[in-house]
Amino acid sequence: MTFRARHLLGVEQLAPDEITTLLDLAETYVALNRRTMKHGDALEGLTQINLFFEASTRTQSSFELAGKRLGADVMNMAVAQSSVKKGETLIDTALTLNAMQPDLLVVRHPHSGAVNLLAEKVNCAVVNAGDGRHEHPTQALLDALTIRRAKGRLHRLTVAICGDIAHSRVARSNMILLGKMESRLRLVGPATLMPSGAADWGCEICEDMREGLRDADVVMMLRLQKERMDGGFIPSEREYYHRWGLDAEKLALAKPDAIVMHPGPMNRGVEIDGTIADDINRSVIQDQVEMGVAVRMAAMDLLARNLRAERGAKAAEGGVHV
Amino acid sequence: MILHFTNARLIDPEALTDGPGSLTVQDGVISAQDDDAPAGATVVDCGGRYLAPGIVDWGVKIGEPGERHKESMRSAALSALAGGVTTIVARPDTLPPIDTPESLEFVTRRAAEQPVRIRHQAALTRGREGREMVELGFLQDAGAVAFTDGVRVVESTKLLARCMTYARGLGALIVGHPQDAGLSRGAAATGGKFASLYGIPAVSPLAERMGLERDLALVEATGVRWHADQITTAAALPVLDRARAAGLDVTAGTSIHHLTLNEFDVGDYRTFFRLTPPLRSEDDRLALVEAVADGTIDVIGSFHTPQDEEVKRLPFEVAAPGAVGLETLLPAAMRLFHQGGVSLPRLWRAMSLNPADRLGLPGGRLAVGAPADLVLFDPHAPFVLDRFTLRSKSKNTPFDGARMEGRVLGTWVGGRQVYGRGGADAAEVRAEVGA
Repeated sequence: MTFRARHLLGVEQLAPDEITTLLDLAETYVALNRRTMKHGDALEGLTQINLFFEASTRTQSSFELAGKRLGADVMNMAVAQSSVKKGETLIDTALTLNAMQPDLLVVRHPHSGAVNLLAEKVNCAVVNAGDGRHEHPTQALLDALTIRRAKGRLHRLTVAICGDIAHSRVARSNMILLGKMESRLRLVGPATLMPSGAADWGCEICEDMREGLRDADVVMMLRLQKERMDGGFIPSEREYYHRWGLDAEKLALAKPDAIVMHPGPMNRGVEIDGTIADDINRSVIQDQVEMGVAVRMAAMDLLARNLRAERGAKAAEGGVHV
Repeated sequence: MILHFTNARLIDPEALTDGPGSLTVQDGVISAQDDDAPAGATVVDCGGRYLAPGIVDWGVKIGEPGERHKESMRSAALSALAGGVTTIVARPDTLPPIDTPESLEFVTRRAAEQPVRIRHQAALTRGREGREMVELGFLQDAGAVAFTDGVRVVESTKLLARCMTYARGLGALIVGHPQDAGLSRGAAATGGKFASLYGIPAVSPLAERMGLERDLALVEATGVRWHADQITTAAALPVLDRARAAGLDVTAGTSIHHLTLNEFDVGDYRTFFRLTPPLRSEDDRLALVEAVADGTIDVIGSFHTPQDEEVKRLPFEVAAPGAVGLETLLPAAMRLFHQGGVSLPRLWRAMSLNPADRLGLPGGRLAVGAPADLVLFDPHAPFVLDRFTLRSKSKNTPFDGARMEGRVLGTWVGGRQVYGRGGADAAEVRAEVGA
């Protein structure tokens, strides 16, 4: 087993063998989750705090369920965006929570790098549940597990990531992870939603979605983050759907066995046609949700092992028996 | 009192020379170069080290009034002297801004108590809000050396045109911050690979060129004397060249941080590297160094911006921008010298002679009759910077832990020694103030 990380702040910090370790462990949790009796004990006795500075239903419940299934005491702190004046409270909240001796801190924050900052201030394991437009590592890992189960591998696949790349931490983490696993990446979308400097990332960039989907193994759609738009990135939703929405005609250009993914929540009729999203032969969107719980269980399990080892080593150094 | 500096290497930015010599100072002004020591003179043996005009640092933020916890006049003065800065040209972006003759008189009075020369710029518009012009004439009479709203761009082109037209009648100097305000709003980094990977809101480097083009069009229309505070991108340099070729009365500055650091130095969201404008690409940096070497860029400043820990210990995009620089300007500038890009006399043109000339101040030269504002330094003395040793009240330097070369050994203002570094380095040099 190889997994060295103390925190899970981004996939950037993970080596390919660590990713594989995590996904292998997640497979065992997929099996556990499908049983009627779903309890594991990997996090027994540990306290997990979910600290969400940005509203989230699915990610937060996924983390909550993952923690509970492994026996952790889970607490949800919904810090409404409005009550957080500036980052002062971020550090203060971190220090306050830290004093309560949590073992796992799951954090989502609207500013890039905020979770890294917080991780410096606490002495427990921190999991990034999404920071600004920077990273969303567990999403990329659950996507990887979904792809690996559907395709049998993560290397030498052609993956098309489509839509609002510029504002998407999901896209960023997926690009980094799939790049590390040696897949070929295409970024598909209007130039206004393409991050500057994307051409230097070793991805193909396609403004034409038909060209972008040609012979793809995986079609990964992104949510059009309307709430993030300063305004004026695209002329209208209907024009966006016409040119970059996934419909049967465009999907026909991908490989016949290509899978369709979406991190959710979907805007049906904006970035994806409803019937494709529901097509059980093509869409793995529900699988992604299932894999999400398993991947988060695996991630927290591994972090908890490292945390226990670290504390054990410290105690041994200090001559204390544990 | 007569002082005689002997056994020195004199940096003369006017003649662009650098060589052995001696300097005599009488009654606070330079009275002779390369003469014998007059009778009764106190001799300062410089031990072969470099003696240059004191630095004129244009664009320093002092926290008075309003933010004395970040920097007082006193702490700014001590920090300046330890960095070889003998004239601080302060910014008006205080709380409240320096936008009336009364507020200017207040800071001028406070400044007179300090061992360093401090001159003030005034705001260009009331409250730096970009709606009404300040009393330019009164402020000029009260001693404002230039007018600027700092990094807050006057967005109304109509108002800016009127300010320039009025200032032209007074012969006043306007300092602009070339930036397209709409494009750069909310940005904390330069658009490109780095900002995209780290997910930091970014602005295209072209926003600087576009702001510069607008301002220069108005300069051409009004004929005002104008200075760009910070040029930081390669794309803006040809625009500057064209303006000069057209005969406009235009000068340009840049910051030492943009000459010595690039966007990748931000690394893992280190907020001490969050500056306005944001750090640029390495290509931009190299183009800037060349522009300083060939004189396209006239002025180098520290843009000293003290910020406390509170406003820096935040997520990168919401952290306050700016870095302190009074004390690190000289050693950072030595990087440009050691890397072979820029000679010492050329550096002193940009850090001393040019800003003094442009602002109508008497310093910046070693000529007979010039004020004896001097810095004695060793460009080769190595050290590792520890930010807690800085004299500034704020410790937000991007050079914390950096290996640097170049130490100030002594500083004189008006012939009076106001800083001296103890130890074997400068046995002859005694401090009256500071240190």
